Amino acid sequence: MRGRANARPRMRQRFELVMLLTPAFLLFAGFVLVPIVVAVYYSFYKWNGFGPLNDVVGFANYRRALSDTVFQHAILHNVIIAVLSLVIQLPLSISLALLLNRRLRGRGFLRLVVFAPYVLSEAVTAVMWLMLLQPDGFVDHLFEAVGLGSLVTTWLASTHVVLYTLFVVITWKYIGFGIVLLLAGLQGIPGELREAAALDGATPWQATRQVTLPLLGPTIRIWIFLSMIGSLQLFDIVWIMTKGGPAGASTTMTTYLIDKGFQSYEFGYGSAIAVILFVICFAFALLYQRFALRRDTAGALTRMVG
Amino acid sequence: MTSLTLATRPPRHPHSHGPQSPAGTALAYLAGIVIVVVTVVPLLFVLIGGFRTTAQINESPTGWPHPWIWENYRIILTSASFWRFLLHSALIAVVATFLAVGCGAMAAFALSRYAFKGRDALYGFFTIGLLFPLTVASLPLYLWLRKLGLLENMFGVAIPEAAFSLSITIVILRPFMRAIPAELEDAAVVDGTTKLGFFWRVLLPLSGPALTTVAILAFVTSWNFYILPLLVFNDPYTLPQGVAAFQTQYSQDTARVFAFTFLSIVPTLLFFVVAERRIIGGLTGAVKG
Repeated sequence: MRGRANARPRMRQRFELVMLLTPAFLLFAGFVLVPIVVAVYYSFYKWNGFGPLNDVVGFANYRRALSDTVFQHAILHNVIIAVLSLVIQLPLSISLALLLNRRLRGRGFLRLVVFAPYVLSEAVTAVMWLMLLQPDGFVDHLFEAVGLGSLVTTWLASTHVVLYTLFVVITWKYIGFGIVLLLAGLQGIPGELREAAALDGATPWQATRQVTLPLLGPTIRIWIFLSMIGSLQLFDIVWIMTKGGPAGASTTMTTYLIDKGFQSYEFGYGSAIAVILFVICFAFALLYQRFALRRDTAGALTRMVG
Repeated sequence: MTSLTLATRPPRHPHSHGPQSPAGTALAYLAGIVIVVVTVVPLLFVLIGGFRTTAQINESPTGWPHPWIWENYRIILTSASFWRFLLHSALIAVVATFLAVGCGAMAAFALSRYAFKGRDALYGFFTIGLLFPLTVASLPLYLWLRKLGLLENMFGVAIPEAAFSLSITIVILRPFMRAIPAELEDAAVVDGTTKLGFFWRVLLPLSGPALTTVAILAFVTSWNFYILPLLVFNDPYTLPQGVAAFQTQYSQDTARVFAFTFLSIVPTLLFFVVAERRIIGGLTGAVKG
């Protein structure tokens, strides 16, 4: 038996490889790559999705997208969410993780509770907060109860406030993931390093800044990557809570995409938007992995993306 | 959910906790309590709101149920639509998970334990999915599914979800399978097993923990997915769609929306409490290595 198998090992290996790799290849090519190609193709047409595909418009869809102020604002909104995540969520997650990284009673329970919002769907989160933020609802009453009633506003109907309201909801859902991720990162840092720094006369604050935070660097950089990709694709929460309104004040790139593609049946134009989103995501991911993640991953990620 | 993997896992250190100053510890407890309150109160508010009537809620939005009403929960638990949403979400998530883990495990085996030309390029190809989320591809995916005749079809949701889960599945499984000692493979071959037999009878059982992790990742991602079912189905089909649609339809009946919302959270919370270690380990481990 084995003798015959060894006589044609190459053939046999080739056969096994084809058997093992074909399902994954077809699945991946058919449903991840083909849509990108489809989008690029349609983006050069003006097409309502139903008639014949014969109105070639070249780059007109791209020019229109980039000069549309609503789309420009959508990009700006995504950038605002990304920046707010960096300057508010990240420091907050790091401080809380540093604070909680000690022997505490009920640590397991805390971890469970903190992480729970992350496993809820964005849809449920959005509906829940929609109810809490109703005018004269739970949040308004809470503000009044602590004497801040004068701050109460129409959280989701004011063009000035809506984006920040959404950011608070996003923070509620995602901060726990950050804290648990950073706590796991802190577990990997030997306590002896801080003790050594203390022996050398470092204050706790200095030890944190000079020893702990640099060693937490890889975890922080991964958090930033996930948070930025998350900010770029923001959809469910915004769509359910505001549909991008009022008056486009909370439109994001993906709500704009769905709005144009499905509400207005502009599939050619929508495809151009999708291609622009691809390019933004790819550009960010590649640059970030090249320059920020490279040293952490020892080539694993930079190699795999070229 | 986008994730990626680091090559190494930092070792756990027994003395990794910070200095235990009493003031810091007190502050830590305070912060812990604040976090728990901020997280739990909105959920409790939804739960308790479901035990009130809409009239009670309109009269006093933050009041306690008086009297406690079981009606809202009873109506939803006896309605066919709630269980239908639940069943649809479960079916789609199971199909997506099996597809992603099945295809992913086979591919990861080929990419980890065979030497062939173009192996690294192929691996790189499979990791492209980490670079952009499904949401971004939703509109072209919809056009493509329409062409394939997969609209209004649960496979039109499950298959693309599996395809997008494939990247992280392969990225997690490959190093795990690679780390299994070659001696085991040699021993299996000496015992007369083929390489595929080794995969099926030795490698897959040994990869249990990693397979559980990727299965949980694929399942949770699919279970919570909103945008793709939204595009594929005209009428609400999955639970996330159901919650959003119910809120729109019964926006005047606040109490019922509370009850529906909370009931739709229950399966997720139960699953989370039961598999907490695996889920947190999987979701944070997937990005940490």
